[in-house]
Amino acid sequence: MTPSLVQPALPADWRDLVALTKPRVMSLVVFTGLAGLLAAPVALPPVLAFTAVLCIALAAGAAGALNQWYEADLDAQMRRTASRPLPAGRMERQTALHFGVGLAVFSVVLMDLAANHLAAALLAVSILFYVLVYTVWLKRRTAQNIVIGGAAGAFPPLIGWVAATGSMDLLPALLFAIIFLWTPPHFWALSLFVRSDYAAAKVPMLPVVAGIEHTRLHILLYSLPLAAAAVAPWALGLTGALYGLSAAVLSAAFLVLAARVFANRATDPSGMAPEKRLFAFSVLYLFALFAALVADRWVA
Amino acid sequence: MTQDELVRRQRERARLMAWLLGAFVVLLFLITVAKIGLNR
Repeated sequence: MTPSLVQPALPADWRDLVALTKPRVMSLVVFTGLAGLLAAPVALPPVLAFTAVLCIALAAGAAGALNQWYEADLDAQMRRTASRPLPAGRMERQTALHFGVGLAVFSVVLMDLAANHLAAALLAVSILFYVLVYTVWLKRRTAQNIVIGGAAGAFPPLIGWVAATGSMDLLPALLFAIIFLWTPPHFWALSLFVRSDYAAAKVPMLPVVAGIEHTRLHILLYSLPLAAAAVAPWALGLTGALYGLSAAVLSAAFLVLAARVFANRATDPSGMAPEKRLFAFSVLYLFALFAALVADRWVA
Repeated sequence: MTQDELVRRQRERARLMAWLLGAFVVLLFLITVAKIGLNR
């Protein structure tokens, strides 16, 4: 019997419910959503802005919970995820399902109440995209899983902007594009040094399906349009020089690290320092880029 | 899991739910006030 099939008949600890929402992933989602909201030309009253960001956080938590509910068997096979509440047998699967669905509905209804219909609709689409398109449909079927599925994580700045303005615009579309293009190199860098985990769990990540060299090339190739998308808001006159300079410097650093990954020939995770460095920097990159966007707005 | 542990966990969750419900009521009130302010 695998750990995922152990069904404990006990009420879940609240800490495990929190763990189900993937708090570390949520922090980046919340930050980019907040940045989208703060970059918008309309200022929401603080309590509505807070509620909109809360809804984005809850929706991300719901998507994370439903992802873990569906992937409990997969998580049990990977070292990185085996200690999560479901594969570790600390929670019933049904609890995770109820928690995820409840949180999803609550976040969408609250967003509709506090912001507007469009923001609520986008929030619902982002949850459904992550759960149905990425988790259920793509993840176990194709190496393009995180390329297409990456769109789910790109929604927050768009939702933040729409929550404030009630409409879409070019800048939030570019912010969407930045996260969409950032996701593949970010996850492929990770999947290179945890490749054996994905292979054992039969998840068709690019390094498993197409090999290490191919993945390194694609990391570099995706970093180029990412850099272009990052600089585009400034090049199109949508932001000031502070953002433009920050985007250029950060993107240049990203490209250098991606080039080092491409140049690396190691096949063992112990020799994959460039991949680990790129993965760590990619998180900082997104935080810094969106922080620069908000700072640029405040300066202007 | 012992009976004591079960009761402790249930109490912990009940207390947390009470706090969250209270916070939700306050949030709804504040959203209503803010919305009224926007529509003036």
